[in-house]
Order: sequence, then C-alpha cells, then structure tokens
Amino acid sequence: MTLTIALKEFRSLFAIPSTWLIVGALQFIFAWFFLARLDAFLQVQSQLAQLANAPGATLAVAAPVLGTVALILMMLIPIFTMRSIAEERRNQTLTLLMSAPVSNIHIVIGKFIGLMLFLLLIIISCLVMVLTLAAGTQLDTGLLITNALGLILLAASYTALGLYISSLTAQPVVAAIGALAIFFGLWLVEISAVDNDKPWRALAPTSHFQSFNIGLLNSTDLIFFLLFCITFLLLTIRRLHNNRIYS
Amino acid sequence: MYNDILGYIYLSIQSASALMSVTAPITLSARNLIRRFGQREVIHGISLELRHGEVLGLLGHNGAGKSTTLQMLTGALLPHAGEIEICGFDLIRQPEKAKAQIGFLPETPPLYREMSVNDFLIFTAKLHRIPRAQIPDALTETKHRCGLQDSGKKIIGTLSKGYQQRVGIAQAIIHQPAVIILDEPTVGLDPAQIRDIRTLIRELGNMHSVILSTHLLSEVEHICDRVEIMHHGRLIYGSSSTKMQQYGNQSGFIVTLFAPPALSELQAIAGVQQVDPLSTTQFRILHATHTNPSAALLALAAQHGWQAEQLVPLQTRLEDVFMQITQDEKL
Repeated sequence: MTLTIALKEFRSLFAIPSTWLIVGALQFIFAWFFLARLDAFLQVQSQLAQLANAPGATLAVAAPVLGTVALILMMLIPIFTMRSIAEERRNQTLTLLMSAPVSNIHIVIGKFIGLMLFLLLIIISCLVMVLTLAAGTQLDTGLLITNALGLILLAASYTALGLYISSLTAQPVVAAIGALAIFFGLWLVEISAVDNDKPWRALAPTSHFQSFNIGLLNSTDLIFFLLFCITFLLLTIRRLHNNRIYS
Repeated sequence: MYNDILGYIYLSIQSASALMSVTAPITLSARNLIRRFGQREVIHGISLELRHGEVLGLLGHNGAGKSTTLQMLTGALLPHAGEIEICGFDLIRQPEKAKAQIGFLPETPPLYREMSVNDFLIFTAKLHRIPRAQIPDALTETKHRCGLQDSGKKIIGTLSKGYQQRVGIAQAIIHQPAVIILDEPTVGLDPAQIRDIRTLIRELGNMHSVILSTHLLSEVEHICDRVEIMHHGRLIYGSSSTKMQQYGNQSGFIVTLFAPPALSELQAIAGVQQVDPLSTTQFRILHATHTNPSAALLALAAQHGWQAEQLVPLQTRLEDVFMQITQDEKL
C-alpha cells in the first residue's frame, strides 16, 4: 500500500513539465561546477604533484562538487516537497486518501519514499558524473561512498522536514517558502557557528553532512539524521491525524 | 378494471420493498454522531441506518451539515462522539476493514488532474486493495458502467465537468463497495448528464447501498427509496419518499368530466368528503386517506355517460413538503 502511494507520487512528479525543466537545469549546473572544479584541479596538478601527501582527484574535485550538490538540494527540495500534501489539500484529493483503507502512516511514508526515489535519481546522476573521473585516475571509493550516503541522508532529512511543512498548509507556495526559510535558517546556524564551535551548530543537518563530506563515517551523524527524519515524519503523521479531528 | 390492476401492482411493489427493507442486512449504521468545529457544535447527535439495496437521500439546505455527516461516515473526519459501523466493522477501531467497504465521492471529485483516467482508476483500485490480477476486469467493468469506455487514455484535467464527475463515481465504485456515499453527485452537470448519472445511481442502488446528499428535491423524488431531512445539524424527518409526498396532504384527485352531472350527484358517491368545481368540467374531489372513491366514480361515469377524460391524484410536490417541514422546525 505504501508502495502504491510512493509510485504514484513518483510518477506524478514527472507529470508536470517543471520537474523535467528543473532536472535538466540541475544537471547543467552540476556539470558546470564539476568541469570548473576539474579545470582548476588540472591547472594546479603539477604543483600538487610536488607535495608529499597531495590530495587526489576525489578529494579535490569530487568532494567539493558533492558539497555543492548538498547546498543546491537544500534549495531544491522545498520545490518538490511543497506539492505533496498542500496541493492534495487544495485540490481536495486528500479526501480520497483519507477515506481509502490506508492509514496515515501509509500515506506519509508512501509520499516520503516517492520523493526519495526521485531525489535518489538526482543524486545518482551526480555520482555517475563524478565517477567519470575514474577514466583518468584512481578514485577513492571510500570517500565517494560516505559522500553518497551523506547526500542521501541529508536529502531524506530535508524531505521529511519539507513534507511536514507541506502538511501544515493548503498552499504549496507557502509550503515551499516556509521550508526554504527553515532550511536557510538551519544553514545560517551552521555557518555562523563555524569559527567558534558552538553547541547549537549540531542542530543543522549541513554540519553533520560535513563529516560525511570529508570521508568520516560518524555514528553521531548517522543517529542525528535518523532522528531528524523520524521526528518530522511522525509530526507529519500526527498532523494528518489532527486533520481528521480539527479541519 | 385497469385501475384495479394498477392499484394491485402498486400495492405489491410497496409490500415487496417493505419486505426487502426488513430482511436486507444493515450495511451502515451510525449512532449519535456529534461533531464540533472549534467550540461550535455543528452536528447534534445524528443516527442513521442503511440496508442493502437501499438508496437514501440526505436532504437539506446549504450548510445543514450534510457534507460533514458524509465525511464522518467515510472516516475522512472523526466524530467527537458516536459510533459508526460499516458491514459490522467499527469505523474507528477497525478503520481499514470498514473503509474497504466504502466508496466515496466528495463534493469536489478527488481527481489527480495530471493523471490519465486509466492510471487514476488503477491507482484507486490498488488503494482499495483489489488483488492485482482482478484490476483489469474491474477497470473495464467500471468504465463500462460509467460510460468512460472511450476516455481511458485521456488526461483527467482535459475532461469536461460531466466526465470528471463520472470518473469520480467510477473511483467510488471500482472496488464494489457495500456502501456508496455520494455528496451532491449531480451538481454542475447539464440535464442530459444529470439523467445519465441518476440512472447510474438507480442501478447502483440495486446491488449496493447508496447514500446521496442533495438539495435538489426532484433528485430525491426520482432515485431515492428513503429520505432523511437534515436541518441545522439534526435529522428532523425521515421516511420513504412516497410517504413524504403524502406528508400533510389531503388525499384527493382532480377529475375532468366533459358531461358533468350535478354537484350533489358527485357528493353522493360513497367516500367523497368534498367536491370543489374548478371549472365547468373539472372538479377537485377530496376523500379520506383509506377510502378511495375513484373506482366508484369512474364506474358511475361510464354508466351515466359523464365522459370521464382525466383523473389526476392530488400530489404535494416534495418541494412544498420540504419547505413545510423545515419551516415547522424553525417555529
């Protein structure tokens, strides 16, 4: 049942033209960053070669590119999550799910999985682009895997939060702006606290992504992402339940 | 003679439907539903019962609480108090089993505009747990019933309002639910579409139980077996729609006689209480509810050559009854 909703959500993302446009533009931007980074790396490569423990292509090219992907995902995910519940409410299609023999858990998890499938597509396409480096050099697979894992977890937590914001309103645009504002707020928390290691820096998902980005697989970060996702998914389920009581 | 036969047929239909409504299993029962929005109580203890093969019309002004009640019956809204049972499953304790027995068409048909009709119906079929192997059959069958055979590949957003409504109904019946709940199914349709959809609802009523809400009285007259009138969140009147037409109505008929006798002669017929001449050839004859003098009158007319032309029973229109009942409630 969850899968039915997930697949429907996944397909309906592709039914609107703007999704294709965004995916296309995104690939273009990623390719641009990737090539610019690669170009810079090739220019300093001869100097790097003289260093004793020089950074390889993975650390110098792949990791920064995937760091940028993380930043762009932060701005993009609200656009995809905004519709998921807010638009159903506005078009009154939520009633269909509410009166169908599925529970709120099915609905929320289904939507979450549908969105994640779509985001996985974007993340995988970036990874494939980075993997083309393997044609010219030896890649650090460990670093790539932690980066990929980090991206997926980051996307999942943004999606969970975006889904929750979307469940609060009947206007997709409000959901998008709200989610974007919160993501930016969390990001600002991280960059404002980067110099003096403040404890509230730990609140920002981006700060936990940093350790994945440098190849560190830290259980604290894993737990943070899991808790973040579960919290907001539970809040969304609760919100849908309240929808039956108060609206 | 002819009248007798008609009368007999009418009686037997009445008794058959009465018999059916006693023996048919109860598919939906709601007890003392209460619903508040904020501090304001909008539904004050509604109880409903629906039997298999019955079409129930929920009648009421705008804002009487019809949609809220129907949404509670489908589980889209939770009642603050009261119980709902669907085919023996409690809607609140066993929501998934109970909801599998319901098909619901809300006021605004819940359609994903970007999907094609086929995709949408397959999605709803899966949502209602139809086994994968049976989905193609259910799809063909449902499209056939709703007149959507040629629209399968069309995108829902491009369909006309009438066809969207059909897709909405198709969505509600694809899983062969025991109870079909339709919220104002004919609003915004043109007369031909209204007729089609009414025929469809009538057909559905034979195999499923149907509840429909409406503020159109003619709709109730045409398709419902039973009527419940809702007013300010209460059910204030419930009866069969034929009975409702007799509500507050003096029995009688208007007879047209081209060669009428003297008034006193009509007055003398057994059972006649009052004769009012409406014109030189038309008379309104009032009688007690159980003694109908029409047969005697026609026999006399034939005997004496009064040239009987027309005999029309007096019928209060449902509209008048509805107004009368809701007016009574206000006083």
